[in-house]
Amino acid sequence: MWDELQFALILTVSGLSIGLMYALIALGFVLVYKATDAINFAQGEFVMLAGFVAAIALAGKLGVLGAVAAAVLVMVLFSFALERVVLRPLLGRPIVAVIMATIGLGAMLRGLPPITVGGETRAVTLPIGDTPIEFGPISLPPVQVLGVVVTLLFLAIFTWFFLKSRMGVAMRAVADNQQVAMAMGINVERYFALAWAMAGTVSALGGVIWGSMLGVDVQLSLVGLKVFPVVILGGLDSIVGAVIGGLIVGVVESLAAGYLDPYVGGGTKDFAPYVLMILMLMFKPYGMFGTHRIERV
Amino acid sequence: MLHRESGVFKTSYAADMALYPLPIARATIAAIVLLFAVVLPLVFDEYYLAIINLVLIAVVGALGLNILVGYTGQISVGHAAFMSVGAYTAANLAVKLGLPFWITLPAGGLMAALIGAIVGIPSLRIKGLYLAIATLAGQLIIEWIINHTPAISGGAQASIEVPRPELFGHQMRTQGQLYFFLLFFAALATLASLNIVRSRIGRAFVAIRDQDIAAEIIGINIYRYKLLSFAISSFYAGVCGVLYTYYLGIANYEQFQIGVSIDYLAMIIIGGLGSILGSILGAIFVTMLPIVLRLLMEPVLSMFYNSGEMSAVISSFRLVLFGGLIIFFLVIEPEGLNRLWRNIRNYFRVWPFSY
Repeated sequence: MWDELQFALILTVSGLSIGLMYALIALGFVLVYKATDAINFAQGEFVMLAGFVAAIALAGKLGVLGAVAAAVLVMVLFSFALERVVLRPLLGRPIVAVIMATIGLGAMLRGLPPITVGGETRAVTLPIGDTPIEFGPISLPPVQVLGVVVTLLFLAIFTWFFLKSRMGVAMRAVADNQQVAMAMGINVERYFALAWAMAGTVSALGGVIWGSMLGVDVQLSLVGLKVFPVVILGGLDSIVGAVIGGLIVGVVESLAAGYLDPYVGGGTKDFAPYVLMILMLMFKPYGMFGTHRIERV
Repeated sequence: MLHRESGVFKTSYAADMALYPLPIARATIAAIVLLFAVVLPLVFDEYYLAIINLVLIAVVGALGLNILVGYTGQISVGHAAFMSVGAYTAANLAVKLGLPFWITLPAGGLMAALIGAIVGIPSLRIKGLYLAIATLAGQLIIEWIINHTPAISGGAQASIEVPRPELFGHQMRTQGQLYFFLLFFAALATLASLNIVRSRIGRAFVAIRDQDIAAEIIGINIYRYKLLSFAISSFYAGVCGVLYTYYLGIANYEQFQIGVSIDYLAMIIIGGLGSILGSILGAIFVTMLPIVLRLLMEPVLSMFYNSGEMSAVISSFRLVLFGGLIIFFLVIEPEGLNRLWRNIRNYFRVWPFSY
């Protein structure tokens, strides 16, 4: 009895910490969607790209801070370029066009590493050791603890930013209604760029953390597939929703892997969140915290 | 298609909708039929016919996806899963019950249509991004179920070996024989699509694509037509999966993973959304791309890589080119190859007296 309880507890806590790490990646998606209405199906590939930059910077003796800085810099510049070159010409076109453009971008990014820097798996070694950190009966790998800390830190920063700072309020105005924001003297294009820069930063840290946990190769981009259940559960344009959605997905897949895998032969981890997501889409398509959009003809 | 018109002389709606816009069109179509049915199989050997066969299979799938995405405006990122449904249905029927292809093929298509309509149910409430994500979930869930149900997937490797189809007691062994088999279905699929999109159903699809709420207001039952679109499109996908299974001689879920869904989306975007000719051009383009790429790059790359690394590099190169082309066509020429073809035709319509 006690053992079973402890098993469930371990699964839950590990799921919660992984879930927060999913939330970190999902934040990138939500920020962009909230501010610019653009959809990024290449979020996983963003994380992969950041992982590659960090791994190469570490191998080039830049140090950990240097690697993180390099990843952030590259991702911010890359996001700017993406917004300018690909997404701006697609403004006003059907949403399918944006989805397909980012799917195409994802394919490009997955193809690039093997023909430029080599496709072998690289390590991102962070100076936090790998002795598990104990919390009572539960122990977590230090990477996961770092992931939790970084996500919570970003959550605090974004909450402050959107509620208190002038730029954050302006960005909310842009998200709410671009034309009115423009009429109020807000430079909408600048805030689009800012949103992408923030998404790039989040992806960069996601890349460093996930890269150090899973190793950096093309497979790292698969982590992006988890973004969709997270954002659908939470609501596409809600930052709080991304975090709560992340926690739910993390716990569900951890429990599914712990309890169902022995019976069905593995793989429920990737399957369960999507079933949950389908149910959510059928009954409450805008998620727990998403804004309802009323369509007028 | 190839002929030149000297102007527009249509005076009735029926004339505008005709499959043969001009009397000469019959001659053009006859020439195309002759080219495909007689000239191509005589000119090309087995290797090239095998490639053309792949194109013919892709044409069926691309036509189906274009009905859904290009004509009805409902995105599906899970089309490869519908193909796998068709493939495994046909493979199980063919192997366990020993049924011939003319039963397994429609059965595979119908099963895919049923599953496709079920996956399409969320489209009644959601659209755009939400629908893309829902169909993505459909892809992953169907893939997982097939892979984890030995009764469907046939055991450990999740693959079922299927004998080549038989016609009048003869088994098709060569690519040449398969060519005629596949050509028949590709032509049938093209003809059916041409007729679907100019019928009442096709008009309803286009109305839903352009503005679904407005379509509902003018009396189109959008629930019925959205599901119908998913079903028709998945039927094509299922048939495409069955044909591919007969072509390969094996049903294997690895042939129908998400990358394939994206390949088919690439076909209709590069070819042209909402265009039958575009689907065909896109299918040809996307199927030939890796083959041509390999042909061109192998001599150069063999100087730097061994053969194992080379195939990895070429497939990565293909991904990059692919993604680049999707973005290029979306940004620069959203109507795809079909539009380019029309531009060329319009240029030559009055050539050489363009004023």
